Amino acid sequence: MAWLRRNLVVIVGLLVMAYILMPNLVVTMFSFNKPNGRYNYEWTQFSLDAWLNPCASAGLCESLGLSLWVAVVAALVSTVMGTMAAFALGRYRFRGRAATNLLVFFPMATPEVVMGSSLLTLFIAMGIPSGQVTILIAHILFTVSFVVTTVKARVASLDPALEQAAADLYATPSQAFWKVTFPLVAPGIAAGALLAFALSFDDYIVTNFNAGATTVTFPMFVWGAAQRGTPVQINVVGTVMFFGALAIVGFGQLIGARLRIGSRRKEAL
Amino acid sequence: MAALTQAAVGAEAPVSRPRRRGGLVPLVLLAPALLWLVVFFVVPTISLASQSLQTGDIDNGFTLTWNFAVYAEAMARYWPQFLRSMVYAASATLGTLVLGYPLAWFIAHRSGRWKNVLLVLVVAPFFTNFLIRTLAWQIILTDNGPVTGFFRATGLTAVLQAMGLTDNDSLLGSQFAVICGLVYNFLPFMVLPLYTILERLDVRLLDAAGDLYANGWQTFWRVIWPLSLPGVVSGTLLTFIPAAGDYINSRLLGNTQTVMIGQVIDAQFLRVLDYPIAAALSFILMAAIIVLVAGYVRAAGTEELV
Amino acid sequence: MATTRATPGDLKLVQLTRNFEDFVAVAGIDLVVPGGSFFALLGPSGCGKTTTLRMVAGLEEPTSGQILLGADDITGTRAYQRKVNTVFQSYALFPHLSVLDNVGFGLRQRKMGDWRRRAMEALELVKLADRAKQRPRQLSGGMQQRVALARAIVNEPDVLLLDEPLGALDLKLRREMQIELKRIQQEVGITFIHVTHDQEEAMTMADTVAVMRAGRLEQVGAPADLYDHPATTFVANFLGQSNLLPLEGFSDPGGEFVTAHAHGIGLVVERAQLPAGMVVTTQVAAVDSAVHLGIRPEKLRILGPNDPPSANRLGGLVTDASFNGVATTYLVSMPWGQELTVTRPNDGSPRAHRGDEVTLGWDPNQAFVLAEAD
Repeated sequence: MAWLRRNLVVIVGLLVMAYILMPNLVVTMFSFNKPNGRYNYEWTQFSLDAWLNPCASAGLCESLGLSLWVAVVAALVSTVMGTMAAFALGRYRFRGRAATNLLVFFPMATPEVVMGSSLLTLFIAMGIPSGQVTILIAHILFTVSFVVTTVKARVASLDPALEQAAADLYATPSQAFWKVTFPLVAPGIAAGALLAFALSFDDYIVTNFNAGATTVTFPMFVWGAAQRGTPVQINVVGTVMFFGALAIVGFGQLIGARLRIGSRRKEAL
Repeated sequence: MAALTQAAVGAEAPVSRPRRRGGLVPLVLLAPALLWLVVFFVVPTISLASQSLQTGDIDNGFTLTWNFAVYAEAMARYWPQFLRSMVYAASATLGTLVLGYPLAWFIAHRSGRWKNVLLVLVVAPFFTNFLIRTLAWQIILTDNGPVTGFFRATGLTAVLQAMGLTDNDSLLGSQFAVICGLVYNFLPFMVLPLYTILERLDVRLLDAAGDLYANGWQTFWRVIWPLSLPGVVSGTLLTFIPAAGDYINSRLLGNTQTVMIGQVIDAQFLRVLDYPIAAALSFILMAAIIVLVAGYVRAAGTEELV
Repeated sequence: MATTRATPGDLKLVQLTRNFEDFVAVAGIDLVVPGGSFFALLGPSGCGKTTTLRMVAGLEEPTSGQILLGADDITGTRAYQRKVNTVFQSYALFPHLSVLDNVGFGLRQRKMGDWRRRAMEALELVKLADRAKQRPRQLSGGMQQRVALARAIVNEPDVLLLDEPLGALDLKLRREMQIELKRIQQEVGITFIHVTHDQEEAMTMADTVAVMRAGRLEQVGAPADLYDHPATTFVANFLGQSNLLPLEGFSDPGGEFVTAHAHGIGLVVERAQLPAGMVVTTQVAAVDSAVHLGIRPEKLRILGPNDPPSANRLGGLVTDASFNGVATTYLVSMPWGQELTVTRPNDGSPRAHRGDEVTLGWDPNQAFVLAEAD
């Protein structure tokens, strides 16, 4: 009993971890299933069919390609715009700064269904046909605020003495920016870009309002598939995304550890 | 007064945050993002308000008639779904807090390597499309699955039924499943801000509280909880706002009795094509969230969210 | 490394002023820092010393006034155009660059082809050549401080500015660095301007100390001068401790000494100790109540029965005695209620105890007179 009390947090923590990871285990497991019929809900038999023929499900690979393209473009545009805005908000004082901060905050506080529908009313009113362009406009809109917030935090945490030190050491303002400020803010920009990519790639609700009838992103494909029967290939994609993310992060940490060990070894020598 | 304090501080200690006047530079830097936000966020919001006050239909077009009655009509027809959305979102927020707090604490107090592994494991699922993961919940909660079997065997199903969270002895297609899905979906948005705060918490404070005669529970309520409030506030906002507008979970895990307001807006806009009602509902949802959030932030006394 | 260079020109500040909105941080100071000297700007926090330093560095623009380096007016130039370098309070080492790249930063900005060799030489000067490849955060606070110093010195500036550079170090390391800084300054012959709020640090290191208070210069001089002849009560109290006796008047018997009257007791003061220009009449003359006689605690003696007679004698009661090894500090209560602080070295002489009646004495040339409406 005393043991239980002492380790309560650990036990609850591990149970919640299990709760978080369970769906991914199920997704992985069912990517090796060979279902009877169109729905992949019950385990029947082990099979590598879906892994060997990932594009066999009609439209899946096309939608995946479209989602990747949209996510890359949206992330790129919103990272450039968001980083510029983050520097303006993080380093300068000017009239309307508080209002601008609020305007940046609002899209993050707006439910997706509201954002999607209001954009749709605009596009209808202006007579803009739904399609890739409207999807991109929407995705840049809801990712740019996240980029601004992420980069702004990094800019604000920067020690202003560093830039002054650069000026003191004969760097002109633009040299100080590119040699000192930018390299130090870069991790924040990378994090913002990654976040923008992930948000765009994953979005269904806003996209659904602004995609029109014929443009199908990957989340829309999954949604459509869920109504008609779920192809196993969806699970293959889900599994690849999960383990891909783990691998990228793990690889990054490994490199980080290598660098640390390397420099420690040099220190010892 | 504030200017004076800043000047006094700036006079000696190097200013912690340079607030320089840059003339046109900040405006040039802001221009693209600001333009985008105004054209595609502010204007659409006005367009939404305007749409809600128009009358007409999709074939003959809409005209602005300042028909405020549409708001009363929208609420009269859809208040149950509206209220349900708020209740589900609030329950889900409470659920993420109750589950997320111990997890955040657990992660924050592991040693360096484990901390990183656990954080990655919390975030990594979210690189898998959330529709796929929500569909996985259909499999997990399926009628002849082990989870449903466990709930039935331990009498938990009966408890849920008594609480009105399920209609029969299945788990799928119930309020329980919808809230479960919402909690699952937004858990990381609660865990990450909490983790950030709890990781920075000085553990010596716990020793100090113990030294001053506080037991574990008192230490939590009087020291840890108040210090973690900023994390709690941002976590609850990050959960509540998207949960209130979500309809994926209620569509995939619920039944016709669990319809949320987002589902109604989606249907009115994209299938019924009754734009004024749909726009009015969107507007009400946004206004309700702004009012709730503003009141909550004021009550919590933290305004440093922006 | 810079042993052959000519002594740099003097740094002159002319009516230098800086306002922040309606707050005056620096109120028109005039100052000459001789080339090649080790100069300290001393003052409590908020006195404007860092703002002055930042104006010299070019990081802060003066509201009015001029800054001259040698014959050149550098007031309008930007930080990166000045042959002035700074060791920042927080060191401000670039975290993304190695120690060598940090030190070489300024040289590379000025396109010095042999920056690598010069940077290594500077690192050798601060005894950190073996750390060149590491990142700043892998070094201890004291090492980071030395990297910051090397990064500034390697540029061979005309003036090196040090903004509370030892503030973050512990006491022992601070002592070591004080000696180290002085050694390096003598070796390179660059003008050092050292901003600090630590009076001991300023006196230990600098040839000349300028005391600042509320945006103005209070007094400028050699450390011993400032200590023994403070011009104001502020300086008297900021540089070490002082016992200040309020005076009722003076009488002048003529000759080498005058007599000051405090609480009805006549105290003998050497005429040379009077502030310049102070006129003392031959009669007992009432003076402004803001005239004080100041005596440093270590200059007060506790008179024993066998001691030679002292020109000045004050009787009192020991209310506290604290021993710290090197010395004992006593609080001695005077009949009029004032407590005087007395510091006696641990030189084997008998120690007094709490409750003892003692007589204090001092030499007429060991007290100073402050005439100032405070």
